[in-house]
Amino acid sequence: MNVVVCVKQIPDPADPGALEPDHTLKRDGKLILDESDTYGVEMALQLVDKAGEGEVTLVSMAPNGEVSGLRQALAMGAAKAILVSDDTLAGAGALDTAKVLAAAIGRAGGYDLVLAGVESSDGYTGVVPEQIAALLDLPSIGFAKSVDVADGTLKVQRQTEAGYDECESPLPALVSVTAGVVEPRYPSFKGIMAAKSKPLDTLTVADLGIDPATVGWDGAGQEIVDVTAAPEREAGEKIVDEGDAHTKIVEFLDGLKVI
Amino acid sequence: MALSKIWVHVEVNEGTVAPITLEILTRARALADTVEAFVGGSADGLAEVLGAHGATKVLATGDLGGGLQGAHVAGALAAAIEGGDAPDALFFGTTYDGRDIAARLSVKLDKPVISNNTDVEVDGDNLAVSTPIFGGTQVVKTRFAAGSPAIALFRPKSFVAEASAGGPAEVAELARGDVGAAGAAKVLDRHVEETSGPKLDEAAVVVAGGRGLGEAGKFDMIETLAKLLKGAPGASRAIVDAGWVPYAYQVGQTGKVVKPTVYIAAGISGATQHMVGMKGSKNIVAINKDEEAPIFGVADLGIVGDVHKVLPKLIEALQAR
Repeated sequence: MNVVVCVKQIPDPADPGALEPDHTLKRDGKLILDESDTYGVEMALQLVDKAGEGEVTLVSMAPNGEVSGLRQALAMGAAKAILVSDDTLAGAGALDTAKVLAAAIGRAGGYDLVLAGVESSDGYTGVVPEQIAALLDLPSIGFAKSVDVADGTLKVQRQTEAGYDECESPLPALVSVTAGVVEPRYPSFKGIMAAKSKPLDTLTVADLGIDPATVGWDGAGQEIVDVTAAPEREAGEKIVDEGDAHTKIVEFLDGLKVI
Repeated sequence: MALSKIWVHVEVNEGTVAPITLEILTRARALADTVEAFVGGSADGLAEVLGAHGATKVLATGDLGGGLQGAHVAGALAAAIEGGDAPDALFFGTTYDGRDIAARLSVKLDKPVISNNTDVEVDGDNLAVSTPIFGGTQVVKTRFAAGSPAIALFRPKSFVAEASAGGPAEVAELARGDVGAAGAAKVLDRHVEETSGPKLDEAAVVVAGGRGLGEAGKFDMIETLAKLLKGAPGASRAIVDAGWVPYAYQVGQTGKVVKPTVYIAAGISGATQHMVGMKGSKNIVAINKDEEAPIFGVADLGIVGDVHKVLPKLIEALQAR
């Protein structure tokens, strides 16, 4: 069973974000593997292990030929990676991203399943996985909280407002997984060493047969008009508990008439 | 200028129209001459409330035979639009099905979809949407520049639902075509996780717990306090991911957006993901050991202290009243 996992390399979420003057996200520091994508990588590795054959391929899109996040996922056990890195992608919206990743998946060779996180931790548009499914004409199940393949059929528990749905689909298919779906492994020393020599192809938009004029700022079909600071919420009183802080809370709740 | 027509996706929970749909209908009718709704499923029992919130028509696909909405509804919408019945914009809630349909429709129409919006306005001949970024500290305004229809997803509680005194919406068919392999995913069974008390996103009081509770068993304190305040228990993503409580409890970017009268955050540091989901609360009480925790930046009453000491005393004091 061959599984393709879409992964994103993002600025460290612990740093406060900032925008460049052209309104793209500032990415001058080192990029890291989006933690929410580690669940997809782990899930893929487990499914391939269970099937007893096949491999995990990573696809990613990132500026500046950034590969550190991909090396981390290769160290976890993925077999190879395809990175699309091209200056023309600056300003790419979700649809552009999906077009690029769908084309890159086409380069991965045959696949039975495509996995992705439900949304990235930086842009969090949450639409790229389903857009990729539409571009590849695949059935898709989003917000998976468990994934299994049995007798060639995909079985997924999909989160809903009220609980979850038991879903089923023939393969090939695309699934987006929620955080916490599995416990991602830490790369071993052996894995980290092995990752250095695993195949990692870097492609341009033109390599994928996509017209560069149709992606990035030129092709986004949307333009940022302005960016403004949101009204700040003022912090109120802050006290250190000396054993009687609960009385302060009771007074506060009393004042609001909720008790 | 006003737009001539907007279509709004109808989110149905347990047979009734979800609040987010009524919120979006209310905003849409201020922007367009005509607002119509569409539903992936049957329109039975929906026409009255949709009409009362401004929809003149509801386009229904009928039973999807267990198929997930995404491929089927996007296919039906694209066919209707290409057939000449095109709205200026399609609005969706940021919901499970809303995202799936909007994403697939954007590919079919080769138009962008803009997610996570909290406002929308007419800007010249186009629509512009507002999207909070960086945990809600900045707002990006983006104009659709690819021509109509614009496709936009809105966060819950971005608008206040108000009835317009309209009569029941007319029910019409939204014809489905064959969507081939893309439509092959099916729902076999639905599971409802029972919860008691008010719903998390509708409760006047929310008491939420985070990693600072230390262990799963301590979440009992959160539930007891929520019950005493006739509120709902909530949780940070950290303890949902750790498996302490079900996903239904999660407040934040990927969980529920809440705007209660009082939000009590116990042992929650205030990661961006969490703040997005609760910053709109009218009053915020935070209890945390770390006096530098970001949650104190938005708290009306901040208690620098140990939740294991403060919460038991608070529970005792409330029980004594």
